Amino acid sequence: MATLPRTRPRNRRLVSRNTVAGWSFILPNFLGFAVLTLLPVVVLFYVAFTNWNVFGVAEWTGTANFRRMWDDASFWTALRNTVYYAVFHIPLTLAAALGLALLLNRKLRGVRFFRTVAFFPYITSIVAIAVVWNQLFSPEYGPINALLGAVGVDNPPGWTASATWSMPAVIIVGTWRYMGYYMLLFLAGLQTIPAQLYEAAETDGASPWQRFVHVTLPGLRHTTFFVTVLLTIESFKVFDLILVMTGGGPGQSTLVLSQYIYQKGFEENQFGYASAVSIVLFAICFGITVIQFMVNKRRNS
Amino acid sequence: MTATDLSTPVPAIAAPGNHGTSARRVRSRGGRLLGYAALVLAAAGLLLPFFWMVVASLKSNNDVFTIPITWLPDPVVWRNYVDIWQRSDMTTWLRNTLLLSVIVTFLQVLTGSFAAYGFARVRFPGRNLLFLAYVGTIAVPWQSYMIPQFILMSKAHLSNTLWSIVAIQAFGAVGVFLMKQFYETIPEELSEAARVDGLSEFGIYRRIILPLSRPALASLALLMFTTTWNDYLGPLIYLRSPELRTIQLGLNTFISQYNAEYALIMTGSVLSVLPVAVIFLLGQRYFIEGVASTGLKG
Repeated sequence: MATLPRTRPRNRRLVSRNTVAGWSFILPNFLGFAVLTLLPVVVLFYVAFTNWNVFGVAEWTGTANFRRMWDDASFWTALRNTVYYAVFHIPLTLAAALGLALLLNRKLRGVRFFRTVAFFPYITSIVAIAVVWNQLFSPEYGPINALLGAVGVDNPPGWTASATWSMPAVIIVGTWRYMGYYMLLFLAGLQTIPAQLYEAAETDGASPWQRFVHVTLPGLRHTTFFVTVLLTIESFKVFDLILVMTGGGPGQSTLVLSQYIYQKGFEENQFGYASAVSIVLFAICFGITVIQFMVNKRRNS
Repeated sequence: MTATDLSTPVPAIAAPGNHGTSARRVRSRGGRLLGYAALVLAAAGLLLPFFWMVVASLKSNNDVFTIPITWLPDPVVWRNYVDIWQRSDMTTWLRNTLLLSVIVTFLQVLTGSFAAYGFARVRFPGRNLLFLAYVGTIAVPWQSYMIPQFILMSKAHLSNTLWSIVAIQAFGAVGVFLMKQFYETIPEELSEAARVDGLSEFGIYRRIILPLSRPALASLALLMFTTTWNDYLGPLIYLRSPELRTIQLGLNTFISQYNAEYALIMTGSVLSVLPVAVIFLLGQRYFIEGVASTGLKG
């Protein structure tokens, strides 16, 4: 309509009527969304440049928070740990989810039951999950180390009691929890690949591996991209699992960015400084997503 | 970064039982056996923690950790399920959580489906830009703006009230995405015909679209209920008074208070998971379709 050479009054009336209708549908949700999500994001960029705390008046301190962050060893530890978690959690979950999806996409008995089972960790609360896994990981009496002992591991790891093994423990639980969720997305993606493609590949004498590489993977490109984006954000914001499982310890061995924001903000009431750290988290998640979208676009064209 | 970029990769999943025409036929017997072996192994790994949770909740405290490990409770200690109610404020926690989950679910379904209709079916200037603001929040984790959000909520005197949790959960973008995806599958001709008959946009939404979207509404309701039930961080930050605690918050305080009561802790965990597990098993189809069609988490 907008491309017509001249807008007739009737059209204009239609547009304004639609605008009113459209906005009135969106408004109830948008008001809440704007006040509780958009506004806080904008305010974040103000608070980060102040020394805001619970009681005092906020003073503009310029880049002081960011300069302080640069010299803050704990901040760098938190950042390093977050990257550590992401670097392992993303590929592990991706591989596990894809593997499960391929397995479930076969015509086997019990796949529906298994799909339920795989999704179950995802709907279970973090608190329950963390406390159960902590019992399973118990270094001396837990079943995991008992199992490792049974297969001949002499010196089983201390898991959440050890600074070296606490992060791997958290990564294992994170992967266990989320792989069923991403498996569902892959399963939905697999169902869009036409069966003829597989048949054609088979007549051409392609081995199962070749079919996987030349039919399945290209067919899943969109899904894989989408899953990677979601997984990346999920990894960098990891928080509640770690908070309940290890509390960031032992020492600072599992301290992650989100938890550092929480500590500085809600435990030490340094809202200004915590906001500056928040901006780093924001920039990482937003930046990586934008880069992923750009790379995906280039590959598509 | 357009809305279609996001919606293309995750089409609605096929009805359960129909595993798609693309499912490869498993021809060789060996491959089939290998498949089953992998399934059983994976299922065991996925279920072990739940098995442990239930078994430990039925043991006496001293029997939880033994050498060698006992995999079945002997004797079965049902008492834990009585004791937990006396030793914790389980009733208060469950009541708060139920109240919150119901209110949040209701509001999210209402405002989400309403807004989604505006995005999916009404054409007006600025619509796509507005939707982009919703899409953009996928890349912005709540953890990065929880501080300014808390400041704003405190200024509005909403922190340390149950309303704070309602506010932060009820207006999310999940409902908008999920419902918009669904509305776009309803043929436009239906609305056109109704428009010719003189029905207003609200009339079309209420009389035609809403009755058709019951499965999608069910998906959204189940997802929202579960998300709110399981939320730990929101209550952790906003709810300071003990009488406002939700089940997740309560359970975690219980764990830190009685950290050597392994059996009771597992009893509490089972109780906190049980309602969601029942709801999930009953409405599984809607859950899975909802997740597959949005690819979004609460």
